[in-house]
Amino acid sequence: MWKFIVRRTALALVIIFLGAFIIYGVMRCMPTSFVESLARQRAAASSTTGGKSYQQWLAELNEAYHMNDDVITGYFNWLGGVLKGDFGESWKYGIPVVEKFNQVIWYSVVLNIITLILEVVICIPLGIQAARHQYSGFDYGITVFAMLCISLPTFFLATVLKYIFAVRLNWFDLYGIVGRYHEQLSASGKIWDMVQHMVLPTLTLTMLNVGGLTRYTRTNMLEVLNADYIRTARAKGLSERVVINRHAFRNTLIPLVSYMSYLVPSLFSGSMITETLYQIPGIGYISYDAMVAGDLPFTMFYAVFGLLLTQVSLMLADIMYAVVDPRVRVN
Amino acid sequence: MSENRINNNEQLALDDGRRVKVLSPGMMVFKRFIRNKLAIAGIIILTFMFVFSFLGGVISPYRQDQVFYKTDSANKEYASAVVNTEYRFFTPDGAQLSTLVRANFSRVVKDVGEDDVAFEADGASWNVHRLGEDFYAIGTAKELGSVTMLGKIVDVKAKPGEEISDTVKDAALKAVQGGSLQFEVDGQSFMLTKGKAKSYTLGTMSEAGIASLLNFNAFGGEDDALVSGYGFRRAAELALRAGEQTFEADGEAYRLDSDADNSAVIYRAGSDEAMASVSNVIVSPMTTGATLEMDYKAAVAEAITQKQMAFEYVNAAGETEKHTIRMRGNNYIIYTEQQTYLIDMYAAPSMAHPLGTDDHGMDVLTRLMYGGRISLMVGFVVMLLENLIGIIIGGISGYFGGWVDTLLMRFVDLFNSIPYYPMMIIAGAIMDAFEVPPYTRIFLLMAIMGIMGWTGVARVVRGQILSLREQDFMVATEATGVRVSRRIFRHLVPNVMPLLIVQATMGLGSIILTEATLSFLGLGIKYPLASWGSIINAASNIYVMTNFWYIWIPAGVLIVLTVLGFNFVGDGLRDAFDPKMKR
Repeated sequence: MWKFIVRRTALALVIIFLGAFIIYGVMRCMPTSFVESLARQRAAASSTTGGKSYQQWLAELNEAYHMNDDVITGYFNWLGGVLKGDFGESWKYGIPVVEKFNQVIWYSVVLNIITLILEVVICIPLGIQAARHQYSGFDYGITVFAMLCISLPTFFLATVLKYIFAVRLNWFDLYGIVGRYHEQLSASGKIWDMVQHMVLPTLTLTMLNVGGLTRYTRTNMLEVLNADYIRTARAKGLSERVVINRHAFRNTLIPLVSYMSYLVPSLFSGSMITETLYQIPGIGYISYDAMVAGDLPFTMFYAVFGLLLTQVSLMLADIMYAVVDPRVRVN
Repeated sequence: MSENRINNNEQLALDDGRRVKVLSPGMMVFKRFIRNKLAIAGIIILTFMFVFSFLGGVISPYRQDQVFYKTDSANKEYASAVVNTEYRFFTPDGAQLSTLVRANFSRVVKDVGEDDVAFEADGASWNVHRLGEDFYAIGTAKELGSVTMLGKIVDVKAKPGEEISDTVKDAALKAVQGGSLQFEVDGQSFMLTKGKAKSYTLGTMSEAGIASLLNFNAFGGEDDALVSGYGFRRAAELALRAGEQTFEADGEAYRLDSDADNSAVIYRAGSDEAMASVSNVIVSPMTTGATLEMDYKAAVAEAITQKQMAFEYVNAAGETEKHTIRMRGNNYIIYTEQQTYLIDMYAAPSMAHPLGTDDHGMDVLTRLMYGGRISLMVGFVVMLLENLIGIIIGGISGYFGGWVDTLLMRFVDLFNSIPYYPMMIIAGAIMDAFEVPPYTRIFLLMAIMGIMGWTGVARVVRGQILSLREQDFMVATEATGVRVSRRIFRHLVPNVMPLLIVQATMGLGSIILTEATLSFLGLGIKYPLASWGSIINAASNIYVMTNFWYIWIPAGVLIVLTVLGFNFVGDGLRDAFDPKMKR
């Protein structure tokens, strides 16, 4: 077990190192970099007062932002900083990357945790019921519903929800995490205000994810229900409730726990499209903005963070699988 | 029938194999597939989508980038008019009135009544003489002598160095006795200016120019110079003030057709064609650079002087235009219903455009059809590309195993860990910067999506091959010495195919979703080409989202239905290939 973890960790580090290098290289190839647009702005601002030209600004800013280094030197400089725990300062937001990250990450985490809880509460009962009554009208309904949720494009679902609830019914605001008069509200009012703004994003994310988990639960439950030990349990004359709850459901949990442990790290990764569409200042939206602006330190931080999460979740899934199912040997 | 024949000819045992109808594996899969209601629903949806996209584009009467126009009438500000309160000055050729003189004139003009008013400017003494309503002559005054009245005796004395003829003296006497201060002798006008007690100063006035509030407009440019000439103006205005029908200027005769309020039309004698119009209203067009027809100006002036707030005007094309006049400050603004040729943006659904038009004035339904082609095409090409790369890499990895497998799988891990959307955003930005043409962009997009997406296929193929390799039939092929290529393509690949087909069908749906998302973010398909995602992109504008549901809802429904169709079919295929689950 420990050997596996050590080997997997070493591999993860290599992957993170190479993956970060690829992202760094691609970011440096971006045609309109942050520095160029900044130089253009500065040149335009100082052109009336006879200040420096675009070329001068560009040369100076390239120097200041270490853009003159070639890609490999630049990458290792960045990596050197990271190993010392210094991710640099965000170019777009002007504060240390880690500080910005701390400001925004909790929006994403709260959003994702609520979504995950809703998902579990909705999907597992639905999936189990559908499996118990396979080929019934209810089962077909659940299957179609789950398929529909999988087939929904995020942006379309978000737009339709906004159209119905924000534009037509006027229940919620279209954008943002706080309302216009947030500052004037009392403490509890502020929280309520934010809760209200979280409703539509949560609904969107839940609907998008419900399909997958429901189908997964249903498939696994079907598999378990067809197993011999369930037949044995029934043959023993156990009540249907005991058969389902004690024998079938517990065994269905094995793959479900593994599936959900895979989801835990993704709680932190944010959901770029949903957050951007609702302009929730979570990690997804903030890093989308940083990426579009060509903010190298923030993008690199987000990329490495993402790589780390992926590796951790893969490892966690393997380990959890072994933990919940002693028959599995991870090696 | 066949059963009957068998029964007639021979008796079959209960366990005779011929009693069982044997189906080929493919046929069994097919039978299981068509028994699945959802799969059939999926097939119907997909058939509809293909017909809609690939036949629809052919049938549709419009091109995908055809822009529609409409004519719209809007009440626009067309011209402004003002009643002239600024005097205009006209001088004989060569003469000029200085600014000081003009200013002095404006100052004193309101005092000019029956009597002349004098002022001093530029070292000379000037006289303003009223010729008619808002029509004055300005001239330099020259003192000739004085007239003194003593009871009945009037004495006219000449200034030293000046001479006054007897006729002038007689005329001056008559004028004084008659109470008039002006008289004319032989075309020369004389004036008497009241001095102390009963004495007057006698002087002449030589006219330097005239001032008038009226505005002359020549019909046709060639008469502009004539109309603003001193001689013509003076003669015309005098005739107008006197109510005469004809006048003569510079040796030519003209006819005058006057209205109340001093507005009039001037014709050349013997011609019915109007030459110039006279009015105290100045009409100018609202848009710079435009010119107004003289007839139109005359019509506006007439409407304003008659205090009408609306009038009709027959334009050069013979159409009757309706104009309305509104006051704004001291100005009159003339509004007219103008026909404008506009791009037919956001047209509501109609017979010609069942789903209206979008922000470029293009038919939404037609764009949906062409967009469907691109969305489906991208889906298939990317799917094929992913499978091509995935099968090769996964196949090599699984078949050879060992260090090749380890190396390739670590490569897959690395590829898999690259965040997808950040990569696509950067790729989109790079394509934007190089201004890749729309068609090339599609191919590049398909290539990038394929390269980013093959790892899943590679994993599946490798896993399958790894497990198949150990099975007895593969050991048998090895034992019987079957060639490697035959072993791979004849024995391994057909066993992997079912799973790949299922995966590919499900994958098609998610590729279409991804492409739509990218296009929605503006990173994918670009104008003038369309994809379903880029059509919904219009809804990121709140105005469009709120008011024009018919532009973006249908595209979204099409995406959902297509992906749903692929998922249904994929699900059905999986159940058909793998009947274990069907217990």
